[in-house]
Amino acid sequence: MNPVDKRRREFLGGAAALAGAMIAPGVFLYDYAQAKAPGEPASGKVRWGMLVDTTKCESGCNDCVVACNTEHGLPEATRATDAQWIRKVELKDLRSGKAISAPVMCQHCAEPPCVDVCPTGASFKREDGIVLVDRHTCIGCRYCMMACPYNARSFVHEPTTGQKPDVPRGKGCVESCTLCVHKVDRGGTPSCVEACAAAGHEAILFGDLNDPQSEISRRIASVATTQLRADLRTDNGVRYRGL
Amino acid sequence: MAMAGFPRGSLRPALAAALLLGAVAAGAGALAAGPSLDPARAGPCVEDPKLMRRSHMDFLKHDRDDTVRRGIRPAKHSLAGCVDCHANAKDGRVLGSDGHFCQGCHSYAAVKLDCFDCHAATARPAQTASAVPGAAR
Ligand code: SF4
Repeated sequence: MNPVDKRRREFLGGAAALAGAMIAPGVFLYDYAQAKAPGEPASGKVRWGMLVDTTKCESGCNDCVVACNTEHGLPEATRATDAQWIRKVELKDLRSGKAISAPVMCQHCAEPPCVDVCPTGASFKREDGIVLVDRHTCIGCRYCMMACPYNARSFVHEPTTGQKPDVPRGKGCVESCTLCVHKVDRGGTPSCVEACAAAGHEAILFGDLNDPQSEISRRIASVATTQLRADLRTDNGVRYRGL
Repeated sequence: MAMAGFPRGSLRPALAAALLLGAVAAGAGALAAGPSLDPARAGPCVEDPKLMRRSHMDFLKHDRDDTVRRGIRPAKHSLAGCVDCHANAKDGRVLGSDGHFCQGCHSYAAVKLDCFDCHAATARPAQTASAVPGAAR
């Protein structure tokens, strides 16, 4: 590497250093088998998804929500109109009294209704299945919020402050769970998954649904899981166990 | 301009040329002084500074689509990268006064700057730690 390239690389944020150790000039060793190399586009060979195990999710625990807010610089939601990228839902079967607790966020559908209805193309699905809003193009019409069966999207009503460098957000756009795309692109894991594991619950599993060897695929192949509102045939990337 | 005091059409060509030259010279003086901005933190820019001054918005616009839509990270021309390198050594920001890099030049050039309505105007922590204050521009 010539000195100019080296300096540029340092300038460009040290992401290469984060994602993998260089074992010889130009040869990198990645910690995560699925992680793409820096500078590579997202690949359609991968489909990112999550498995929420409601039998492990603890009622009253809010750690995933707090972690999401911290990661993305979201103020704590106090009003119905405040942004919520992930929320805890508590269900109770009235007859048996059986209670279930689970986080609900953007389900990263393979056939996302929000993408179908968006008049500007701002709502889109990446090659690797992550559904996002391109805020540069979003006009804030909120059609996608109407179309989403999971109430997963929020509109930003107020001017924003304290944005994170990796998570730009501003008034007048719609936003939702990005599956922590800025971390996933660098070989990381969504913050809610990490927080849940740190709290000792390990109720959320993240991984590549297309890779039969991934932990998430093996789990889905061995235990009964469901997609929310599977009748809509949106083919969600987020699945639930124990509903 | 200095034309105001003259009745229309009364300027002789020579006088007009002289006035014009004077105006250009004065303008060039003010331009040469330029905005006085925070120095970059380390190393050369990702492109030639002359090219950046003229075309940074095009580079950013091109690479933002690569990053947002195709997931290409790190982009060569990333706004967060600009901020990391050009942030003020004290407060780590590119906005705040006419000495701050982005604000200073945009107010000098009278061009509205709305990137930071959504994007963070503060350098990322790791970058602040490894910054080389006063490094060559
Ligand atoms: S609010 Fe934005 S992303 Fe949603 S449908 Fe309208 S333009 Fe598309």
